[in-house]
Amino acid sequence: MLKIDQLKASIEGKEILKGINLEVNAGEVHAIMGPNGSGKSTLSNIIAGRDEYDVTGGSILFNKEDLMELEPEERAHLGVFLSFQYPIEIPGVSVTNFIKTSINETRKAKGLDPMPAKEMLKMMREKMELLEMDRKFLNRSLNEGFSGGEKKRNEIFQMAMLEPKLAILDETDSGLDIDALRIVANGVNKLKSEDNAVIVITHYQRLLDHIIPDVVHVMLDGRIVKTGDKTLAYELEEKGYDWIKQELAETV
Amino acid sequence: MAFEAGLNGQANSPVHKIRSAAFDRFEALGFPTQKNEDWKYSSLLPITKRDFSFTPNKDVALEYPDVKKYLVHEIDSYQLVFLDGVFSSWLSKIPNSNFHIGCLCDGLEKNTKTIQKYFSKIAKDPKDSLVAMNTSFAVEGALVEIPDNVAVDKPIQLVYFSSKREKDFLVQPRNLIVVGKNAEVQLIERHQSLSPESTTFTNSVTEIYADQDARVSLYKIQNDIPTSSLVDTTVVEQESRSNVSIGTFSLGGQFTRNNLTFTFKGEYAEANLSGISLLNDRQHVDHHTIVDHAVPNCQSNELYKGIFDEKSHGVFNGAVIVQKDAQKTNAFQQNDNVLLTDTASIDSKPQLEIYADDVKCSHGCTIGQLDQDALFYLKSRGIADREAKAMLLYAFKHDVMETVKIEALYKRLNKIIAQKLNVDIDFEL
Repeated sequence: MLKIDQLKASIEGKEILKGINLEVNAGEVHAIMGPNGSGKSTLSNIIAGRDEYDVTGGSILFNKEDLMELEPEERAHLGVFLSFQYPIEIPGVSVTNFIKTSINETRKAKGLDPMPAKEMLKMMREKMELLEMDRKFLNRSLNEGFSGGEKKRNEIFQMAMLEPKLAILDETDSGLDIDALRIVANGVNKLKSEDNAVIVITHYQRLLDHIIPDVVHVMLDGRIVKTGDKTLAYELEEKGYDWIKQELAETV
Repeated sequence: MAFEAGLNGQANSPVHKIRSAAFDRFEALGFPTQKNEDWKYSSLLPITKRDFSFTPNKDVALEYPDVKKYLVHEIDSYQLVFLDGVFSSWLSKIPNSNFHIGCLCDGLEKNTKTIQKYFSKIAKDPKDSLVAMNTSFAVEGALVEIPDNVAVDKPIQLVYFSSKREKDFLVQPRNLIVVGKNAEVQLIERHQSLSPESTTFTNSVTEIYADQDARVSLYKIQNDIPTSSLVDTTVVEQESRSNVSIGTFSLGGQFTRNNLTFTFKGEYAEANLSGISLLNDRQHVDHHTIVDHAVPNCQSNELYKGIFDEKSHGVFNGAVIVQKDAQKTNAFQQNDNVLLTDTASIDSKPQLEIYADDVKCSHGCTIGQLDQDALFYLKSRGIADREAKAMLLYAFKHDVMETVKIEALYKRLNKIIAQKLNVDIDFEL
C-alpha cells in the first residue's frame, strides 16, 4: 500500500530525513517510535502533503501512485489520513460543517453525489457513540476551546467518518488520560480491517498496549535504524533509546 | 436658480431656504479632493470628472420579475422601490397601517412636522459638500415614520434602481427615518444599477432619528455592478436607551464610500456598527465611521472585517469621540483584514479622542494573510484549495454575519459571498 524509498527532506537547509525506507501493507499496523527531533512528525507531514519541507530525494508511492505529485486534498481523496499532533482551532466553522464539507468534497472528487443529510447524520451519530462523544460537540467551532483530549478524539472521529485506507496517528496519545486513551484506541481498533493500514507514531509504549502493532520501527536522527515486532516496543520502554545508539555505534 | 428647475415646482416650498443654502455650500466647497484628510485614500476624481445626466429615463418600465433577484424576496416585507430616483408605486409594497412608509417628496411638499423637525437637521455637517449637494437636489427617497410603541411587523426594503442607459447618470436618494419612543423597525437598503455600459454614481444621504427606547436595524447590501460608484452617508441621532445597529456588506461596485456617523443625545443608548468588505479586481471600499459619545453611559460596538483580493483597496477610518462629560462610556472598535494578494491593500486608521476619564474604550486593528497551518489542515481532509480558503474566509467573517438577524438575508449574504469566492459550498447545515 505505502512504499517509501530513500526519502530525504530538509527544512531551511537543515536535513531532517536522511533516507527513509518504509513499506506498509493493507491490514498492518506499524508503530514508529523515537525520541524528540528524530523526524517522526516530519515524515508524517510529508506523507500527508505539507509543503514547507524540501524533499531532496527518494519517493513515496501509495498504491503505486506517486504521492509527491499530488496536493494534500488529492492524497486525502486516495485515502491518506493524518491525525494531527496539534489539531488547528478554526473558530466559525462547526465540526458538522467541516466534516460535511470534507466528506462531500471527497465524494465530489470521486464523481459521487453529496451524501444525503440524513445518512450523514446517522453516520455521525454512530461514530460518536463509538468514541463516546457528546452530541453537543457537533455544533461547536472546530477544535476551539477543546481540551487536548477532545481535540484528539475529534481527530479520530474525523478518521471514522472519512474511512481512510492509510491512517497516520501522529502522537495521538499525547494529552490523553488513561480513559480517553482506551476509548480512542478502541475506536481505532474497530475501524481496523484487512483493507486498511495504520501507522502509529508515538514516544511511549502505553498506546501500543491497546493498538497492537505488527511491526515496530525505531527512528533516530532522520533514519529508521531498527525494525522488529511488538516486543521491540517493550524493550524501548524498559531501556530507552541509548542501547540502540550504542548498537549503531558498534556496527559503524 | 437653474438647479431648482428640475425640482417639480418645489422652489417655493419652505425647504427652499435649506436647499438654497446647501447649494451655496456645495458651490463654495466643491467635490472633496485627496488634500482633504477625510478623503486622503479615496479619489472621487475619476467619477466626478464625468459628465452626468440627472434626468430619469421617462420611457423605462420595470416589472417585478426584472428586479425580483435584487430583493430579499424569500420573506414577506414592505418595499419602497425607486427607479432613477423616482418613486415606483408599481414595484412598491406599502402597508395601510398605523405607521407611515412613503416617498419623501410628499413630506417635503406638505412640509410636515417631521420634515420641519428632522429634515437636514441630523445630517448637517457644514463641511460635507456631498451632503450639501444631496440636500440641494434631493427630491425623492424614503420617508419612514414609526409612531411611539409600534413594532413594525415585517422588514422594510428600500431599493434604488438605475435604469439601463447610454449616458452616465447621477442619482441622489435622500431618506429620513424617524422611529418613535419604544418603536421598532428593521430595514434593508440596496442601490442597484441595471446599466452595465455606463457609469452610475449614487450620492445617497440617510438621516435616522431614534427616540427613547427605539430599536432600529439597518442592513446595507452593497453588491452593485462594476460600473457603479456609491457615496453613502448615514447619520444617526439616538435618544436614551435606544438601540441602533447598522450592518454594511460591501461586496460589489467599483467605488464605495460609506460615511456613518452616530451621535448619542440621551444616556444608556447603544450603537452597533458592523461590516464585511469582500473585494476583488480593482474595487475600492472606504468606511468612515464617527461615533460621538456626547453624553454619559452609552455603549458603542464596532466590528469591521475586510477581505481583499487581486488589486482591491480598502480604507477603514473609525473615529470614536468621548466628550468630557461622557463618563461611563463603553466603546469598542475592531477592524480585521485579510490580504489575499501582494497587490491588495488596506489603510486602517482607528482614531480615538477621549476627553472623559472614567471610560472603557478599546480598539484594535489587524492585517494578515490566511493561516497556512489551518489551510493545510482543511486540505488534508480532502477539501480543495479554493474551498478550503473560502471556509477560512467564511470563518474569519463569521462573527459579523452573526449580527444579521433576518434569516433570509443571512442566507442571501452567504450565497453572494460564496458566489464571490467562486465556490459551491453551503456554509450551513
